[in-house]
Amino acid sequence: MGKPSDLVQGTLDLLILKTLSPEAKHGWAIAKRIQQISGEVLQVQQGSLYPALHRLEQQGWIKAKWAESETGRQAKFYSLTAAGRTQLEKETESWKRLSGAINLIVQEG
Amino acid sequence: MLVGRGRAGAQLDSELQFHLEQQMAENRAAGMSAEEARQAALRVFGNPAALRDQARETWSWQWLEQLLRDVRLSTRSLLRTPGFSLVAIAVLALGIGANVALFTLVHSVLLKPLPFPEPDRLVRIFEADARGRFKDNIVAGGDFADWQVRSQSFEQMAIKRWQHHSLSGTQGQLPEIVEGQTASWNLFSILGVKPALGRFFSPSDDRPQAAATVVLSQSLWKRRYGGDPAIIGRTILLDANPYTVIGVLPAWFTYPDSRVQLWTALYHEKSPLIMTAHEAHNFDVVARLKPGVSMEQATAEVSGIQAQIRRQFPSGPVNDAVNLRPILDAEVHGVKEGFYALLAATGCLLLIACLNIANLLVARAAARQKEMAIRTALGGSRGRLVRAQVMESVVLAVAGGVAGVALAYAALQWFVSTRPEIPRLDAIHLDGMTMAFAGAAMLVCGLVAGVIPALSSSDRHVLEALQESARSHGGSHGKVRLRRALLALEVGLTVVLLVGAGLLLKTYHRLRSVDMGANVESVLTMTLDLPKGSYKDAPGIVSFYERLLEQVRSLPGVRGAGLSTTLPGEGHHRDDTFTIAEHPPLPTGQLLDASTYFADPDYFKTMQIPLIRGRVFVNDERLERAKTVVISQTLAHTYFPGEDPIGRHIVISVVDPEARSYEIVGVVGDTREDPAAPVAPAFYFPFLGGSERTVSLVVRTATDPLSLALPIQRLISGMDRNLSVADVLTMEQVATRSLADTSLDAMLLTGFGGLSLLLAAVGLFGVLSYMVAQRTTEIGVRIALGARRDQVVRQFLGDGLKPAVYGLGIGLAASAVVTRLLRSLLYMTQALDPMVLVTVSLTLLVVAALACILPAWQASRLDPMQALRRE
Repeated sequence: MGKPSDLVQGTLDLLILKTLSPEAKHGWAIAKRIQQISGEVLQVQQGSLYPALHRLEQQGWIKAKWAESETGRQAKFYSLTAAGRTQLEKETESWKRLSGAINLIVQEG
Repeated sequence: MLVGRGRAGAQLDSELQFHLEQQMAENRAAGMSAEEARQAALRVFGNPAALRDQARETWSWQWLEQLLRDVRLSTRSLLRTPGFSLVAIAVLALGIGANVALFTLVHSVLLKPLPFPEPDRLVRIFEADARGRFKDNIVAGGDFADWQVRSQSFEQMAIKRWQHHSLSGTQGQLPEIVEGQTASWNLFSILGVKPALGRFFSPSDDRPQAAATVVLSQSLWKRRYGGDPAIIGRTILLDANPYTVIGVLPAWFTYPDSRVQLWTALYHEKSPLIMTAHEAHNFDVVARLKPGVSMEQATAEVSGIQAQIRRQFPSGPVNDAVNLRPILDAEVHGVKEGFYALLAATGCLLLIACLNIANLLVARAAARQKEMAIRTALGGSRGRLVRAQVMESVVLAVAGGVAGVALAYAALQWFVSTRPEIPRLDAIHLDGMTMAFAGAAMLVCGLVAGVIPALSSSDRHVLEALQESARSHGGSHGKVRLRRALLALEVGLTVVLLVGAGLLLKTYHRLRSVDMGANVESVLTMTLDLPKGSYKDAPGIVSFYERLLEQVRSLPGVRGAGLSTTLPGEGHHRDDTFTIAEHPPLPTGQLLDASTYFADPDYFKTMQIPLIRGRVFVNDERLERAKTVVISQTLAHTYFPGEDPIGRHIVISVVDPEARSYEIVGVVGDTREDPAAPVAPAFYFPFLGGSERTVSLVVRTATDPLSLALPIQRLISGMDRNLSVADVLTMEQVATRSLADTSLDAMLLTGFGGLSLLLAAVGLFGVLSYMVAQRTTEIGVRIALGARRDQVVRQFLGDGLKPAVYGLGIGLAASAVVTRLLRSLLYMTQALDPMVLVTVSLTLLVVAALACILPAWQASRLDPMQALRRE
């Protein structure tokens, strides 16, 4: 559904899906997780994160549930749906192909 | 997601707030003060309102959002060319408006069932001829009585007829003439109507010896009696006789039409003699079929009964068969053909409008080829681009449709006020059905006008289109061909419309120029009706009318005055059968018949009806001495071929059931009852015999006839203040009233034809201008290489006229078929009238040439240097 030409958006979707694959998280935790794993290289802005989350939910790849967070406050937890897992596999596959191809070119010279 | 947006919004706020708090908590943990932590968190967070909007945008319904986006885009693109959009909307508004109006008429008048329970079992029964010479004759009281007793097919059968009354109050209120119906008591129960107030007639009211009773229509009750419920039981005066009001009808009940103001009981009104006679045809019959009985079965049964009646009365004017019509068909079949012809015409008009819009859009699409190519190159899918184009025409159609519905509303208001004689006028409304039709018309127009150009813009030539910046001619030939084909079709439809309009116009002029047999200029007419209550016998009636004539003649400006029961052009009122005393008896079953008029001695001179032989009446032929008759020329030719009718005797029961003999004293010129009908034989009986109460006064005047209307009305009210007059009209108005239908049909059809001619001309002009613009460079090259300017003009004229000529051919061929449907509306005009066909062809070619000449001339004026430098 996402446009293949839209590289940034597609990448953020992939990152979110990947982050959610082990367990459900709320928005804050997703942003933190991406930041940590990437060694602070990737900073996800809220302005991109929440629209992306809502869009993924609309497309049926993730679903949301209100639950109590670690601080005891109500928070919205996102988790992958079955369709989301398939999508994750597809996007991982295409990312590997793409990044491999870019690597080949970049390393050639 | 469209529902529950409020809660979802609150949840989003809460989600974002949670994020903010987490950030603040982290900042605090990193050692900031509370205030610093909040500031830093907000800084990182950005604009919360914008963020909220961005998140919300992902929710809404995808398709709805896309639709709205398409609508927005199309509207924006249409607003960039307001001239084009306005023209297109106006064209569609006219097309859709005319169709919605006509559809409303057809639907409300012809198709919508009458508002009675189980209307499909309601029928009207007419007398007919077994050999099929006529089939909608009105019914004799005696025939009805026999059917009612002997037939098994019906639950009930009722009889009724029109009857007008002079209505006044018991306290000397202003009198007025009202239309009413008199019906047998069971009519209301057959129709299934319940009284709004009081009760309807019972069998005991519907007898000669019963007390007189009347049922009022809702409108009369509201208008004249202020809707006062105490009217029940009160007495009102009809023709100066007291009637007790027993009930009021509901407002929705307007059968047979809304002119009916009150109802009386038929068997109370009419003499038992008339109600048992088989020869006097006066009545309408309404019946309800038993469940499961078909029209055919019922027709066969009643026809059998009628055939037996005929065997009992082999000599008189008695019919031998019947004809059943569904009640709705019986009321409206007179206007059916005109309506359907107009609906077909508006359908054509709408199609022409659609084709024209399609044509304009093809031109637009061509002009925007580069834009389309760029959008395709940027990844716009074919479907998406087609959708965007179709959406443009749909937006145009919807805008046009909305304006069209407003137009239709105005048109219907006008129509209702112009044609009061159309049955079921009160049923004409813009209702849900009409709106559905308007919606469908908009959608179809939008799709037709949009899909043609959209499909013509192929995305296969993206590269060509982009490269065409240098040479903008090739590649568009397909489009020009398509536009030519559309134009030819448009012209063809226009020709059909124009031919139809031409035929009706010719019919109208033929009817207008028909000689009515009398001089209709400068004559004032009005109808008087002497009430039975105050003018009880023949001497009373005669003396009133003689005094009236005397006083009218003494008014200044009056050249002459006379009286007749039927005026030329007024339509058929009455005919009677007769025998000729001097002729041998006719074979059984054969009848002589003629239209019956009553006139006073001065009528012929006043109307300038020529006397051909003998003399007219004299004043002394009055009351019991009224034993003479004047016949028309056609009667003389038809029934006295090769002999002198003067002095012969006509034997007829014209004033009472007993047959009397009248001596023929004169022959006068023919007059026409209906300009469209052939002249019928007619005879005039002496009005001074005193048998007739209702008569038309005719006054020939020196100046404008209407200027005498008031003085004469004042004079009448001075003689009897309870007497009212009706139909104060000039004789010219009377004569043209019967042409109202034809004149309106002809006028509307001519309007539609002219409109489509204009549209076709605009289309031709557009196509040719476009071609010239497209081929500027080519023309420049040709002129530079030595082509003569007149050659250029000729070539472009030919290019433009070709579709017009093809269209003319198509149109003439189609007219040959279509005009056959119009045949019943024509009078003394052939369906393939050569003059109409030639006129239409010439008009079309001239208009087409005019539309082409300007662009062709422009092409020839091109400066080759400029044309070549242009790109």
